[in-house]
Amino acid sequence: MLKVENLSVYYGVIQAIKGVSFEINEGEIIALIGANGAGKTTILHTITGLIDAKSGSIIFDGHELTKTPAHKIVSLGMAHVPERRRIFQELSVLANLKLGAYTRKDKSEIEETLKMVYEHFPILKERKNQIAGTLSGGEQQMLAMGRALMSHPKIILMDEPSMGLSPLYVNEIFDIIKNINKSGTTVLLVEQNAKKALSIANRAYVLETGKIALEGNSQELLNNDSIKKAYLGE
Amino acid sequence: MELVLPTIINGLSLGGTYAMIALGYTMVYGIAKMLNFAHGDIIMVGGYIMYVCMAMGNPLIAVVAAVIGCVLLGMTVEKVAYKPLRGASPLAVLITAIGVSYLLQSLAQIIFGSANKMVMIYDFGTIKLFDVTVQVSSLITLAICVVVMVILTLFIKFTKLGHAMIAVSEDKGAAQLMGVNVNGIITLTFAIGSSLAALAGFFYLLKSPSISSTLGAMPGIKAFTAAVIGGIGSIPGAMLGGIFLGLVESISYKITAIAPYTDAIEFAILIAILLVRPNGFLGKKRREKV
Ligand SMILES: Nc1ncnc2c1ncn2[C@@H]1O[C@H](COP(=O)(O)OP(=O)(O)OP(=O)(O)O)[C@@H](O)[C@H]1O
Ligand SMILES: [Mg+2]
Repeated sequence: MLKVENLSVYYGVIQAIKGVSFEINEGEIIALIGANGAGKTTILHTITGLIDAKSGSIIFDGHELTKTPAHKIVSLGMAHVPERRRIFQELSVLANLKLGAYTRKDKSEIEETLKMVYEHFPILKERKNQIAGTLSGGEQQMLAMGRALMSHPKIILMDEPSMGLSPLYVNEIFDIIKNINKSGTTVLLVEQNAKKALSIANRAYVLETGKIALEGNSQELLNNDSIKKAYLGE
Repeated sequence: MELVLPTIINGLSLGGTYAMIALGYTMVYGIAKMLNFAHGDIIMVGGYIMYVCMAMGNPLIAVVAAVIGCVLLGMTVEKVAYKPLRGASPLAVLITAIGVSYLLQSLAQIIFGSANKMVMIYDFGTIKLFDVTVQVSSLITLAICVVVMVILTLFIKFTKLGHAMIAVSEDKGAAQLMGVNVNGIITLTFAIGSSLAALAGFFYLLKSPSISSTLGAMPGIKAFTAAVIGGIGSIPGAMLGGIFLGLVESISYKITAIAPYTDAIEFAILIAILLVRPNGFLGKKRREKV
């Protein structure tokens, strides 16, 4: 469904992504893990068009995303929950959610999706008229995820959804990610919390300084010694 | 009463006019993150469009033509001069805007000459309010400004496009992820700002029916001052700053001892306010962006 091939990305003269290839099939949860600065966010930003690739290709459902302007990607069925949430602080929770459905036309379908989002995140319904900037960090994360779901995506890219959350909240967020996947959405999950990510993912890719260092089943990776040392702190 | 009421009404209508122009500065600043120094000159172009159209004698057509002409001009300037510089240093953009300003003024001089032209759009006369004679044109200016400000506020607060504008002003990248066409929103912002500048030009000519190529310069600077006083980037701030500055100006003109120093007083107030509130009345502290 999503196929990244030989992707290279530069910041000025510095090469951040060095020929990365990976693939995601429909219905999967794929984890992309790696240390700080490995290039995870850069890859997601390149997929959704916020950064231009230098070379390589990103094919999503038959569309070449490297040639698609950023604002046209969401209507192809791809949503992105960006690092640090980036919700619209001045707008209400509901207005943020509605912006998630910006490219959709059918009002009753949007209402349906809104109901579904409220089922995943009841707190958003309670707080729908609150100004988003005044939500707690965990609530903002839920809003960012709900906002992405509002586009009714086939695939959702999530960049460190557990960042800065208390353990209880982390568990809740990961449960919700599983539910989102169960209801038919493919997930590409970028995480620092490798243990958690591997526990819900089908497969994973390990990124080291802009290159894929390792890939495999989550279970295999959880038992891999070098992974244990470097990412699981065991 | 004879002194106070006309001063207040004049101040409010002048302030409303400043607010119309300040809205253009502040919206463009908030959304495109640039100071459009040529914004004042859009007023002047609107004025000349009305001058040309008045030769056909219909004030309504003149105003409508000015609004349409200014919208097209504002969108063209954005596309030709500013869009290629997106991502360039703010200084390069500012210098370009100053260049556009001189270009528009010089073109006006070449086409219409440097002598002032008279443009009598319409004489609304005067009426008596509480036994005091008041210019009807001031009341009309004030009424139109109020209506425009209400419509604009409702548009920003309650429509999908309005929310998209707020989204773009906060975070262009995140807005694009929602499917918002950022270039389209910037064009829309220039269009709205320019249409308000055209209205401001109309209000100026109602007040003093004479036009030259520098018509927009002083109102532009005053309205920019108003936008900064209100908090640049803030829409209610531009409205508040405009009204405030208009009232200050009209009151100051009425006090003989300080009347000649009115402009200086206004700019001194700007400095004083910025010392106390660096972000103006309603300006937000810029959040650190990732
Ligand atoms: N805008 C930028 N300009 C220059 N270099 C950048 C820019 N953004 C990221 N980089 C560099 O590119 C590399 C990859 O950064 P990226 O944000 O993709 O890492 P990451 O894997 O998401 O890390 P983290 O887990 O800390 O979020 C880093 O070395 C970073 O310093
Ligand atoms: Mg990152």
